[in-house]
Amino acid sequence: MTEHELIIIGGGPAGLAAAISARKAGLEDILILERDNGLGGILNQCIHNGFGLHTFKEELTGPEYASRYIEQVQNLAIPYKCNTMVISISDKKEITFINREDGLCVVRAKAVILAMGCRERPRGALNIPGYRPAGIFSAGTAQRLMNIEGYCVGREVVILGSGDIGLIMARRLTLEGARVKVVAELMPYSGGLKRNIVQCLDDYGIPLKLSHTVVEVHGKERVTGITIAEVDANRQPIPGTEEYYSCDTLLLSVGLLPENELTKTAGAKISRITNGPVVNDMLETSIDGIFACGNVLHVHDLVDYVSEEASLAGKNAAHYVQGGSNKGDGQYVEMEAAGGVRYTVPQSLDIDNMNDQVTVRFRVADVYKDHYISVYYNDTRIAHTKKRILAPGEMEQIVIKKDSLKEYPDLKKIVICTEVD
Amino acid sequence: MKTRELTCIGCPLGCSLRVMITDNEISVTGNSCRRGEEYAKKEVTSPTRVVTSTIEVSGGTLRRVSVKTESDIPKDKIFDCMKEIHQTKVQAPVSIGDILIRDCAGTGVPVIATKNIGVCNEGD
Repeated sequence: MTEHELIIIGGGPAGLAAAISARKAGLEDILILERDNGLGGILNQCIHNGFGLHTFKEELTGPEYASRYIEQVQNLAIPYKCNTMVISISDKKEITFINREDGLCVVRAKAVILAMGCRERPRGALNIPGYRPAGIFSAGTAQRLMNIEGYCVGREVVILGSGDIGLIMARRLTLEGARVKVVAELMPYSGGLKRNIVQCLDDYGIPLKLSHTVVEVHGKERVTGITIAEVDANRQPIPGTEEYYSCDTLLLSVGLLPENELTKTAGAKISRITNGPVVNDMLETSIDGIFACGNVLHVHDLVDYVSEEASLAGKNAAHYVQGGSNKGDGQYVEMEAAGGVRYTVPQSLDIDNMNDQVTVRFRVADVYKDHYISVYYNDTRIAHTKKRILAPGEMEQIVIKKDSLKEYPDLKKIVICTEVD
Repeated sequence: MKTRELTCIGCPLGCSLRVMITDNEISVTGNSCRRGEEYAKKEVTSPTRVVTSTIEVSGGTLRRVSVKTESDIPKDKIFDCMKEIHQTKVQAPVSIGDILIRDCAGTGVPVIATKNIGVCNEGD
């Protein structure tokens, strides 16, 4: 069986950044496996700008951002296989993949980085009543059809869900001559970034109806109209509030789900909240030497943060290969998400072997105005930062410094929560 | 004096900005960087946007190349710009940064490619 030092599954932003950083940390034998026909992942269809302000201090489009990393991978001569589908990963880090050149192959890796990204929540998960006519797309599928394949997906459009891809597509369709009649959002707040509400909806006079959902899809061969209705506090449609919109297309932008089928074949522990693997501060899953980063770990808002997280995973995987396991000898402290914080990544911290500082990312459960983000070591509050607004659509982060833990030899848990005062 | 509440679109932070407009001065609060101040001043005087779209490619590995206006253009020129983008066709190969429209809709701003498109060899 062929063996590699590091195999990275996925050649999108996470996989690329992980590969570059692992090579820079001294790993020679790296292989990236990518199922699409080229590197870059979903960035290739995200033709809008706004990427890279954090990383490159300039505003790039998705394909430009991807190309900066692809060039580095090529300059560093890191091998990759495209059109290659990974079928399974065993707990011994044996990876089974197929492609047209090699057929069915099994290779062994000393370390694995999971960078498979996420996929869109489909219509089937929503229980929308009505027929199943043509003209219903997930927003990302419509984005690929328009921006890469060059198809027109519709002329008159209703969008369900106010995730960023839905907002971006509202503008994109409008620029291409379609009429976006309304964006309906089930929750009382938008799931997307505020800047996208401004530049994608407000700029073009597209109404956003919060606390609304689709209650009926009309049309048999092709969508002919959509009925939306207001929902109550329990997200149930309120009778009498139905509104009919004639349209030929319905886009769904209703959330992203980390794609962890392979993670499960390896037997790694999955968080029920993030739908991604549970990781320690090295971004290592519950299986020795299998690391995870990017949207497969938890869904990010910004690719810049994906790249940053993936670089860390790449470096850690390199150290793992060079020096053996990172874990086992250290003292682990659980990170606890409480009081309005839904989850944290990482979920635990090896306080003996951690880096000088660890970035902890999290999301809140609801919209909170003028709340504090607090960090507790055991029962002592050690950080307390006021935020004008916290929203589930915007990922937050705090930094834990190793030095700050020295005074807490009996540390049992670190709690991150929101507080009113 | 007039005040306007804006959300900065300069970066994903989306700072809430308050703009105070008097006859001879515009002042901005709520921004966390210089970009925010610049955005707010422009937004209340002559708003601009970067436009991104795709242009048809013949003979390439893909049928469309993604493009952007090299810098922001006046907001009221967006649809004129789109019209020119729709009328343009290019031949592969295309490289990132290639100028595909020299002066888009009289704005003086070029439209440039944001993706590399190789030549499609027969049989591919």
